[in-house]
Amino acid sequence: MRYVIVGAGPSGVIAAETLRKVDRSGDITLIGGEPGPPYSRMAIPYYLSGGIDESGTLIRKDADHYDALDIRYVHGLAESVAPADRRLTLEGGEAIAYDSLLVATGSSAVRPPVPGLDRPGVHTCWTMDDARAIHDLAREGADVVLIGAGFIGCIILEALVERRVNLTVVEVEDRMVPRMMNAAAGAMLKRWCEAKGVRVLTSTRVTAVEDSGNGGGPLRVSVDPGAPMRADLVVVATGVRSNMDFLDGSGVKTATGIVVDDRLATSVDGIYAAGDVAEGPDFSGGWMVHAIQPTSADHGRIAALNMAGRGARYQGSLIMNVLDTAGLVSASFGKWQGTDGGDFAEAADEAGYRYIRLAFDGDHLIGALCVGRTEHVGVLRGLIQSRVALGAWKARLQADPHRIMEAYLANTQA
Amino acid sequence: MQRSLHIVPELCTGCLQCEMACSYDNEGVFNPAKSRIKVFNFHDQGRFVPYTCTQCAEAWCMMACPVDAISVDAATGAKVVSDVLCVGCKVCTIACPFGTVNYNSTSGKVIKCDLCEGDPECAKACPTSAIQWVDANWTGLDRMRTWAAKTDAGTQATAH
Ligand SMILES: Cc1cc2nc3c(=O)[nH]c(=O)nc-3n(C[C@H](O)[C@H](O)[C@H](O)COP(=O)(O)OP(=O)(O)OC[C@H]3O[C@@H](n4cnc5c(N)ncnc54)[C@H](O)[C@@H]3O)c2cc1C
Ligand code: SF4
Ligand code: SF4
Repeated sequence: MRYVIVGAGPSGVIAAETLRKVDRSGDITLIGGEPGPPYSRMAIPYYLSGGIDESGTLIRKDADHYDALDIRYVHGLAESVAPADRRLTLEGGEAIAYDSLLVATGSSAVRPPVPGLDRPGVHTCWTMDDARAIHDLAREGADVVLIGAGFIGCIILEALVERRVNLTVVEVEDRMVPRMMNAAAGAMLKRWCEAKGVRVLTSTRVTAVEDSGNGGGPLRVSVDPGAPMRADLVVVATGVRSNMDFLDGSGVKTATGIVVDDRLATSVDGIYAAGDVAEGPDFSGGWMVHAIQPTSADHGRIAALNMAGRGARYQGSLIMNVLDTAGLVSASFGKWQGTDGGDFAEAADEAGYRYIRLAFDGDHLIGALCVGRTEHVGVLRGLIQSRVALGAWKARLQADPHRIMEAYLANTQA
Repeated sequence: MQRSLHIVPELCTGCLQCEMACSYDNEGVFNPAKSRIKVFNFHDQGRFVPYTCTQCAEAWCMMACPVDAISVDAATGAKVVSDVLCVGCKVCTIACPFGTVNYNSTSGKVIKCDLCEGDPECAKACPTSAIQWVDANWTGLDRMRTWAAKTDAGTQATAH
């Protein structure tokens, strides 16, 4: 068997390793689109905050790791796929034959159509190259404007705070992390960040980024509403787009991402997709691009099992995020918004920066959101994903939603 | 022969000796908040349930870690966090469906049970044998494992 994996992020690497576990003799090629050994984007913020150097971002630390598993790791950018010939072509013309192909190309950061976002001094924060540029410009005391306070924006925010820059965050929506937080939790985050000296402008739009005069100097960032700001660095974190253009003409069905079934197979025989690029089954129902590390890992493993003929069915990953915003930790799981007519449990301690909200569907927990709590948060995943029937514990949780661990233990262990 | 922690909640009196021993051995302080084993108090029923990582076969924490900071100790089978490699991203704390990896804001890293290199302090400290250090093949351990399987996001066919 010739297995070819395009994309050497966590999903591609885990797929290659899983293939080797279940197929000792198969031919495995792993193609990375960026120079250097495979790394985790997720580790970039910790490189920026100085906790690790570049080697700390590597997915596997041992330089021999891929050789030792007889995984051929090469560089190249996929340009096109010809499924009829089972052939992948790289930029530059090299053709690679496959029996089974995995597309794990992730996504790329996109810049919104605001004039001036192509200027020097404006960077996205998605690749190691981006990180190096930000590392250079985000000096202590530098004026930095971060556009976008979504999940990724907030993670970068944390790293920039650690670099002691003078930071302003501009978010077009009415609260921070709108897709992960409701109004109550988002407001708590904002209050916390402001107390830490970060300027947070919500319901504000960046309208232009200009040179403030003598070229190469600081930038001038215009916002609406509000007065223009000076910036030594502008970081754009407004969203990403799946890397799937090279599949044009291949017949592979795409929507927001590459559409896959419960075996991570695409619409074209012999081609699978995994990770951020894949629009896969969601545990809470339907199909979704999750763009998170745990889903990428799940995808990589399950796609590989199917590529090797192990017939593995996938129940769908649960969307979940954990965020540390300048020391305030928050997490969200599944359908924290709840369902129509569903019950909730909520507890807030504004002064203590603690908040928790549980969403139920009948007897089951289907989603959760918490701020300021780090103890045993994983059990929220357990309660949701093992579909624990809560029984009498639902009422107890409604009285005190912090008793999640007790609810789990009472229903499963004791 | 690998061994496992076997917990018998019925024997627990809630004295917290295990939490003290764990935090002292691992963190150098007598502080239950820094313990990797936790005794849950069911006030309404007058019951106590000690709980910690079961070193589950699925190892969700390890699978989710972006930088390979969690690995299996070949001798004990424990999933062990490397303080050098951990960047403190906390992804493992939401990935473990049992809630048994926790963030330690003092160190900026996560902590979880590592079976004390095969000589767990909690089991030694427990005066009532509510925490026992038993042969891993003993059948009484199955209850915890059944629930691990139910959380399987993926598939019954695993590649371990
Ligand atoms: C700053 C930052 C912080 C993050 N923090 C978190 C977090 O806290 N929690 C979380 O769950 N997730 C986080 N994420 C998201 C997480 O990193 C991704 O979900 C994860 O990296 C997805 O893995 P992947 O393998 O699917 O894709 P990627 O990691 O994006 O890897 C894609 C690979 O494909 C390659 N490639 C792309 N196009 C081509 C092509 N045409 N040909 C060949 N190769 C190609 C790329 O070079 C790369 O090697 C963060 C991301 C960033 C950028
Ligand atoms: S911490 Fe959780 S996921 Fe990791 S080995 Fe222990 S029980 Fe399993
Ligand atoms: S917190 Fe540390 S051990 Fe846990 S996933 Fe992140 S890097 Fe890995």
